Amino acid sequence: MKIVVMCGVGLGTSAILKVNAERALDRLDIEASVQATDVAGVRAAAADAQVILTSSELVDAIGKTNADVIVINNYFDVDELVAKLEIALGS
Amino acid sequence: MPLPHLPLDAITIGAHADDWPAAITAAGDALVRSGAATSNYTDRMIEVIREFGAYIVIAPGLALAHARPGADVLADGLCVVTLAEPVAFGHPHNDPVSVIVGLAVTGADDHLQFVAELANVFNDPKVIPALAGATTAEFVQSVFGQTVAPE
Repeated sequence: MKIVVMCGVGLGTSAILKVNAERALDRLDIEASVQATDVAGVRAAAADAQVILTSSELVDAIGKTNADVIVINNYFDVDELVAKLEIALGS
Repeated sequence: MPLPHLPLDAITIGAHADDWPAAITAAGDALVRSGAATSNYTDRMIEVIREFGAYIVIAPGLALAHARPGADVLADGLCVVTLAEPVAFGHPHNDPVSVIVGLAVTGADDHLQFVAELANVFNDPKVIPALAGATTAEFVQSVFGQTVAPE
């Protein structure tokens, strides 16, 4: 399974989201790779991804995708990530 | 890679900012003071928000100011600015912002461990309110110092 985390420049905020998404996946006992990307790279990165995690501000920049787009409000709240990933991944 | 050193001159307590560009400029100034970046990096941090919006407000009250690596980044660096009056960045959930963490990295690939340490600090929900209420730079240092110590 592949999860893409996206921010404007592909580092910094997306790296924080990647770290905490991996912690949430650990807690859910789900194996997935988490790739950080930027707005310019999201279409290529998400081509084979199930889920894109990002900020509400960036949803429109994603464009058309088959992946589920999940908006994360608090990037430091692993509970929020766990709850939203659980719904999206249907476990 | 642990967090970069957070020297006292990279910390500003109770900065006055009328709007978000002024708040980001205060963070840029702190990175310039501590020798992590030149003022051009400040302009680039502002440009990121103009281009992509307030997504850098990643938690209630907290903005993570940053831009891509570049020639204007002199060293990996971190800064912390607290605002005397919270400032709206335009984020639907996490406004207003009272704490800005500024980040300058020399390379994209090797900053993950460093960001993981930052996540360790901020995964404690008490940290943002504690920083917002900080009255001394030494206290801010201790918030980052004690949490990254070996467990």
